[in-house]
Amino acid sequence: MSARVGVVTFPGTLDDQDAARAIRLSGAEAVPLWHADHDLKGVDAVFLPGGFSYGDYLRCGAISRFAPLMRELVPAAREGLPVLGTCNGFQILCEAHLLPGALTRNASLHYVCRDQRLRVESTGTPWTNSFEPGQEVVLPIKHGEGRYVADPETLAALEADNRVVMRYLGNPNGSLNDIAGIRNEAGNVVGLMPHPEHAVENLVGAPSTDGLGFFTSILKKLVNA
Amino acid sequence: MARVIVDVMLKPEILDPQGQAIARALPRLGFSGVSAVRQGKRFEVDLEGPADEAALADVRKMAETLLANTVIEDYTVRVEQ
Repeated sequence: MSARVGVVTFPGTLDDQDAARAIRLSGAEAVPLWHADHDLKGVDAVFLPGGFSYGDYLRCGAISRFAPLMRELVPAAREGLPVLGTCNGFQILCEAHLLPGALTRNASLHYVCRDQRLRVESTGTPWTNSFEPGQEVVLPIKHGEGRYVADPETLAALEADNRVVMRYLGNPNGSLNDIAGIRNEAGNVVGLMPHPEHAVENLVGAPSTDGLGFFTSILKKLVNA
Repeated sequence: MARVIVDVMLKPEILDPQGQAIARALPRLGFSGVSAVRQGKRFEVDLEGPADEAALADVRKMAETLLANTVIEDYTVRVEQ
């Protein structure tokens, strides 16, 4: 039986098709999930893609958090369902309090769109088990509100528990401790500002295929489960 | 009928690059003597009934769950006179 990974579409989501394609390339089945449904369709994992859900009204991710599908997703994630949120997906996970901290306006006030060098710090998650600890990768970033902030106690706990999943090499947005991605305590929920789903094929001019590692990781985890 | 005002501000320790950009623009427009600017949001919540204690408790809950992200923002609730 093939692994089924859900891809959530909110009004304003942009990267759901790329995410579904990346999931298929890794060998898993991509299952479309609609924000207004109450049904996770029995998926084995969920990908929350980037974009501008609900137009980023109020705060990025603030409205999406209350979408009907999120009422199913939040308890499932707390019970261990693997969830990866990238960019707007990361912002939604923070607004939903599945991850600590928040993502605020880039310190430069500029939207940043570039190929970004990063270091994988935490490989003990279902989304990063294909990487070596300390491995350097290049992934696209594209965001205006990606500056990760949290209070000093939360930051200290993230560092002490090895919950920083990726760090920027050359900080693009002023994120505290160069944080590009984090995980929850259990490790099943991961949020990233970079876009692994945009770096899975050389054909489209991606800077690398380093993003594939996230999708082969979850496949490996689900197939071996 | 009553109007309740909810002001939401970034916590003092959170960097506010928008406020800083405004503060930097002011001298260029000839305004002097400003040491800092911080930018926030103001919500005007119109109630169908009076702004009694129960209604205000509801507005505070709205602020806590939706209008503000209390990880990075503080809010105040007051009745407009």
